[in-house]
Amino acid sequence: MIVEIDRVRFAWKSGQRDILDITRLEITAGERVFIEGPSGSGKSTLFSLLGGVVRPREGTVRVLQADISQMPAARRDRFRADHIGFVFQMFNLVPYLSMMDNVVLPCRFSHRRFERAQTRSGSPEAEARRLLVRLGLEPAELLARPVTELSIGQQQRVAIARALIGAPELIMADEPTSALDEGTRKRFLQVLSEQCDEAGVSLLFASHDTRLGALFDRRISLDELNRNGAGMPGQAP
Amino acid sequence: MAMVRLALRSVFSRRVTAGLTLLAIAISVAMLLGVEKVRRDARGAFANTISGTDLVVGARSGAIQLLLYSVFRIGNATNNISWETYQDIGGFPRVLWTVPISLGDSHRGFRVMGTSSAYFEHYRYARTETLQFGSGGPFVDVFDAVLGAEVADRLGYALEDRIIVSHGAGDVSFVEHDDKPFRVAGILRPTGTPVDRTVHVSVQGFTAMHVDWMAGAPMPGLAITADEARGMDLTPKTITAFLVGLDRKIAIFDVQRRINDYSEEPVLAIIPGVALQELWDLMSVAENLLRFVSAMVVATGLLGMLTVILSSLEARRREMAVLRSVGARPLHVFALFMSEAMVFALVGAAAGVVLLYVALLVGQPIVAREFGLHLPIALPGPGDWWIIAAVVAAGTAAGAVPAIRAYRLSLADGLSMRI
Ligand SMILES: Nc1ncnc2c1ncn2[C@@H]1O[C@H](COP(=O)(O)OP(=O)(O)OP(=O)(O)O)[C@@H](O)[C@H]1O
Ligand SMILES: [Mg+2]
Repeated sequence: MIVEIDRVRFAWKSGQRDILDITRLEITAGERVFIEGPSGSGKSTLFSLLGGVVRPREGTVRVLQADISQMPAARRDRFRADHIGFVFQMFNLVPYLSMMDNVVLPCRFSHRRFERAQTRSGSPEAEARRLLVRLGLEPAELLARPVTELSIGQQQRVAIARALIGAPELIMADEPTSALDEGTRKRFLQVLSEQCDEAGVSLLFASHDTRLGALFDRRISLDELNRNGAGMPGQAP
Repeated sequence: MAMVRLALRSVFSRRVTAGLTLLAIAISVAMLLGVEKVRRDARGAFANTISGTDLVVGARSGAIQLLLYSVFRIGNATNNISWETYQDIGGFPRVLWTVPISLGDSHRGFRVMGTSSAYFEHYRYARTETLQFGSGGPFVDVFDAVLGAEVADRLGYALEDRIIVSHGAGDVSFVEHDDKPFRVAGILRPTGTPVDRTVHVSVQGFTAMHVDWMAGAPMPGLAITADEARGMDLTPKTITAFLVGLDRKIAIFDVQRRINDYSEEPVLAIIPGVALQELWDLMSVAENLLRFVSAMVVATGLLGMLTVILSSLEARRREMAVLRSVGARPLHVFALFMSEAMVFALVGAAAGVVLLYVALLVGQPIVAREFGLHLPIALPGPGDWWIIAAVVAAGTAAGAVPAIRAYRLSLADGLSMRI
């Protein structure tokens, strides 16, 4: 079991209404799961919870058998760095770092991922280069350019490389395709699935675009899962 | 350490704003260090100007005033003292030597000083240095002059040249002693003291210039030529001040008291080092004010840096979320912003030091010419390092303001990419 949520309640500010109230959620290793829900339903909040950026008000969150809801903040940060890769909607990259430095960033915060990248390719930089090539980015030609000059599609692929480097067990992608056009979106999803399969990584993919759900092993509707159903009706596109 | 590297990249990526901010810090640091340097070097130069002289005696006025006009050629004497008094005090027990000083005339902006040949023998500067002749020697004739190194250099004089002395100390004088030109008999080596900017003549020569004068103006109808003057009694009636050397230092306070109690004429004897200390005490108010202003300029530079970092904060919330997602802790985010402030302060201070040395290289000859102050170009002293360390520490500490804000934001935002 890679993710296990048990009777979790979460509110951003104490005293406020719970955004999430989830009785049970289980995701097995290697699964590719699509999480759908309209804007504001709490998809990003769920990821923050699973990533150990915030902790639940009640209940337990287990990732890789570890109860991250009980960990102190520093351990949670380290756990996230070691085991989880993130891809966001847009602006995934640190603007003042090169493409290479962006990709190897997790290896600077996680010794585990540093070692894994090293074992695989000899050095994090070599591993980054390998991943970038696999993702269809020719590093030699792009390395020199500032990342802010990359197209959004290219930026998102760099973000995948960064999520994959050092082989974390879980990748969470939070609406990574909403800024992409139809064709780029397809290619992006293909590449992401391929890479996750190849690396044997579990994938959590959140989006309000229900059409994408068909490409995944399993789809979960957050509104059905979440007893508080916080989604704002009429706001979903 | 990783955060310092990130901070460097981040600062570098904002070259233009960062550059301007750094320039402001650099200028302020250069100014602060420059003020300190000029202060220190000026003190050093003043302290090095006179040594080996135990007492300076002049008409009764302020001790600082007497020191300034007699030794540093700054300002003018209000009164003279009589030759008899000079002779009298010269005969006091323990007095080994005396050197008369007569001031009041000038030559093309340089002060002319009447003295005796003993001056070149007894005057000491920089603790133990004696005056050395680069060429020629002391006065032989009444109308002989010995030039300070700078006088000769700036005015292009050589031995045997004739110079005409102007009446009064001003740069532009309308009355000239053109009937009695002086011959350049000697040129001194540079000393880095006001001696370099002085035209020395004998007190006899100084008197001879004025034999046909009365009450500060040439007497109408009476003109005495140089040769006629040579034959007259040229013992001066008055002099401006004189230097005193004692045979035993221990007697210095006794002799000083005796001179100050001298009943024939109101005179004042000062110990140069003591008067100099009084001068510093007087100057310290102005010095401290200058230091305060420079410190404020540094504070303004650092405030500019704070503004730049703080105003970038909002736009960087996404960046912070990205860093958090790859495993950065809120403390890392805090460290990133602290490091940025440190980079600014460190690079700014370093650039300030460079700027100071560039300014010194350019300004050194100008300051030497205009103010007679030699600013040696040396490595920063311990005092300078303290200033630099203080600026870097203050800048880094100021970084806590944006760093704490960033820390709070990154805690509150988590991974949400909000804008
Ligand atoms: N850092 C935060 N602090 C306080 N409230 C937040 C924070 N992040 C999200 N929220 C609130 O939590 C609720 C759920 O937001 P969330 O971002 O999880 O939704 P979402 O499903 O990801 O929406 P979208 O599809 O628009 O990204 C919203 O009401 C939002 O205002
Ligand atoms: Mg979201």
